[in-house]
Amino acid sequence: MSAYINKQGILKTVGVVSVVLIALSGCGSSDGSQQSAQTGKTASTLTIWADADRVATLKDVAQKFTDKTGVKVNLVQKDMGSVQQDLITQVPAGKGPDIAIGQNDWTGVLATDGVIQPLELGDAQGDYEKIAMDAFNYNGKIYALPYSIENVALVRNTKLAPEAPTSWDDMVATAKNAGTEYPYLLQVGDQGDSYTMYPVQTSFGPFVFGQNSDGSYDSGKLTIGDDNGVKFAQWMQQQAKDGVLSTSMSADIALSKFEQGASPYLISGPWNISAIKKAGIDVAVDAIPSAGGQPAKPFVGVGGFFLSSKTNNKIAATNFLINYVGTDEVQEALYNAGGRLPALTSAYKKAIEDPVSEGFGKASENGVPMPNITEMSSVWQYWNAAEVSIISQRGDAADLWGQMTSEIQDALKK
Amino acid sequence: MNTSINDEPRKNAIVRRRAERVAAMANVRTWPLLIKIFLLGLLDALGIYSLFILAARRYWLAFIIVLIVGLLVNWIYWNNKGLAAKYLTPGLIFLVVFQISAIFYSGYIAFTNYGTGHNGTKEQAITALMQTSLTKVSNSDTYKISVLQCNDKLSFLVTGSDGVSKIGDSDTPLHVADGISSENGESSSVSGCQTLSFNDVLNRQNDILQVKVPLSSNPEDGTLQTSDGQTAYVFKSSLMYDAKSDTMTNTKTGMVYRDSGKGSFVSATGEELVPGWRVNVGLSNFKRVFASNDMTGPFLRVLLWTITFSVVSVASTFMVGLFLAIVFNDPRMRGRKVYRSILILPYAFPSFLSALVWAGLLNEKFGFINQVLLHGADVPWLQSPTLAKIAVLIVNLWLGFPYMFLVCMGALQSIPEELSESAKLDGASAWEIFRYIKFPLLLVSIAPLLISTFAMNFNNFNLIYMLTAGGPTDTSTGMNIGSTDILISMVYKIAFVGADRDYGLASAFAILIFLIVAAVSAIGFRTSKSLEELY
Repeated sequence: MSAYINKQGILKTVGVVSVVLIALSGCGSSDGSQQSAQTGKTASTLTIWADADRVATLKDVAQKFTDKTGVKVNLVQKDMGSVQQDLITQVPAGKGPDIAIGQNDWTGVLATDGVIQPLELGDAQGDYEKIAMDAFNYNGKIYALPYSIENVALVRNTKLAPEAPTSWDDMVATAKNAGTEYPYLLQVGDQGDSYTMYPVQTSFGPFVFGQNSDGSYDSGKLTIGDDNGVKFAQWMQQQAKDGVLSTSMSADIALSKFEQGASPYLISGPWNISAIKKAGIDVAVDAIPSAGGQPAKPFVGVGGFFLSSKTNNKIAATNFLINYVGTDEVQEALYNAGGRLPALTSAYKKAIEDPVSEGFGKASENGVPMPNITEMSSVWQYWNAAEVSIISQRGDAADLWGQMTSEIQDALKK
Repeated sequence: MNTSINDEPRKNAIVRRRAERVAAMANVRTWPLLIKIFLLGLLDALGIYSLFILAARRYWLAFIIVLIVGLLVNWIYWNNKGLAAKYLTPGLIFLVVFQISAIFYSGYIAFTNYGTGHNGTKEQAITALMQTSLTKVSNSDTYKISVLQCNDKLSFLVTGSDGVSKIGDSDTPLHVADGISSENGESSSVSGCQTLSFNDVLNRQNDILQVKVPLSSNPEDGTLQTSDGQTAYVFKSSLMYDAKSDTMTNTKTGMVYRDSGKGSFVSATGEELVPGWRVNVGLSNFKRVFASNDMTGPFLRVLLWTITFSVVSVASTFMVGLFLAIVFNDPRMRGRKVYRSILILPYAFPSFLSALVWAGLLNEKFGFINQVLLHGADVPWLQSPTLAKIAVLIVNLWLGFPYMFLVCMGALQSIPEELSESAKLDGASAWEIFRYIKFPLLLVSIAPLLISTFAMNFNNFNLIYMLTAGGPTDTSTGMNIGSTDILISMVYKIAFVGADRDYGLASAFAILIFLIVAAVSAIGFRTSKSLEELY
């Protein structure tokens, strides 16, 4: 009887001991590897979040930086759509990057959440396009090193319209003579698209917010609801009645209609150019003619490198951004990979030797930076909804526009 | 006789005990034991490894939890008793890790002001405020600097654009120093100090960022600071933090900002500094849901539509699925197998893909439905608030009926033929057989599935987000919601869309959703149980 128990007991003891041994051997080896990593003299690592295209382009310059300074660069590939949210949640948790690529309209939210810090560009500031600097200016501080500029312009099918239009009427007349279904293609979609519509709107006058002297936006000055805004709303409703503007015209449909030759003109950005060229259409790009008498000013979105507020590598990161990313070579490489104009003036000048890029550049000359203030998000919501209502003929244009203005005012007061 | 009777049980007991011992020995087989040792060893290795990491990072709560769970698991698997615990433990651990912890975390978030502007801890908010309050003096010269280590202090050796070299540290304002030697026209070292190489600079980045060299003895002139270790500019900070009184002071206006207790520094005039930080706000998120002018109305409207959407979806898919199952269950129907396979197709596509395709089909001017089926009519399927709701229900019917068809088919086939045959002999009509025999039996097995379908549709985010994105937008409310938004898509918009993200409020809504679904399921399951008892 006791023999049984003992035998079982021995087996059990052996079992427990071997479990402990396996466990200890496991942690023993891991401890060893940690120690060797600590004793080996490695400088810090710079972690950068970027999307697939940018990661591929930045590899060379990252290697150069490592060779020169000994600082390793860890390029983490991220989906562009998730970078903003991940910064907001992961930087406070201490899991964020040192540097992240992003869009200038994120600046307000990221700064309000305290996850990015101002970047001191010093004398290098003057080397960049002014609009790129304005775009990242939030409360008087520059928050990113810009690398790309993008905006909508008038994309023209050169077979249907060989010459650039001299005016809006000239554009419509050319299309009529060409016998196409639409005079021009402008996407709206079910949710509205006041971003793409903006150059047409500004040709009537109204901005959304006033701008301070340093280029940043003043959320206290709402300018959207003035008389010119009403004129624009009425114009939009008339165009919808004529069948040109429609909420059915989504971005995809506008692009495919243009590729089918349904109109000589498409108001769109550089992101569609490669698809259009692939469809075998020769295009030229011009500034957008004025529909309302004043210059058409598109929104200019700027891409840049943000600096995390919790980075332990600020000096290395600042050096990497100003002295490595802020060079012609890297800015041109990023331009070649993404098709967006560089933000560094010297690289920009070289890039606009290409006629298509020159067209987008010309259109951006009148442009205003994409607003980066947090107040903008409630504006987009009402603005898009109002344009959808006006285009769907759900009421009088002036009434709907006035209603939108008061809704925006109410939302801003909160 | 007597003794033998008394001995019998004792003998039996001895025999039984011996048999148990033999059985116990037989249980301790070598291979299973080795596998057990190996697996538990791996688990313990992982556990001890994470204990080391947790201890090093001072996460004591997690340390204690991992320790207790680890000891408990070892005790359970080395104990001869408690067979049930051996089966239950892995499942319970996964339940806690993946379900309960998530529920508790969102429960906790619902009582905080976590959201835009209240994103991290107070320390992080103070750091961010100090970072952003640092302003470069507009006419600041560009100073080329080298970082020196003099005694125990970090100093800046500075060459201004006028070519004059000076030295200073955080306590000593800039002054002309002795023994400055220059290289290529730039000062590089001072006797008694050691010049840091760029690598040294990188290794001590955070120390160097803290160095603030006063430009002169007058603090109004600002301090020299560097952010790249090579150039410095004159900065002034517009905010000062006093840790003792826990206040921020604007250095220009003298305005004092105090911790308001609501997660931010607020001045006497009500001006708030951003960023703030995350604090517990008690029930205020729930109060906003149930007792605020701008939220209660929209919430109730969305709730009503969510319930309508789920109930109608379950009812419509069940009716269509059941009808088809009955039709295709009839042996007189030819080529049933082919039809069945075709009918299951909508179920085989990922629902978000189908929803996107449907959005294209329903396009007002260019969609297949208006252009071809309705001969060019401009029906605003996704633009009109009422039609958009109908469109969502139709698409969900299309997506959902194959599942109901499948389960009804299975349930019908499991009902014994004899029942309907004997009913037929008793003179029951086909309708009566269905109404009084097949349908009640069917409900017994289908009812739980109807409840789970209801719960699934209650949170059917894919369909709403991909088909209408909640639209058409309804601007009459102060919230960013549309006519077809259900609760879960509204929660998504509150938490992740726009610049005003409010995770606290979104979590409060998520908890409400959980409660509603749990209540409906509990009632539903109880009813279906009573169905089982009836038949």
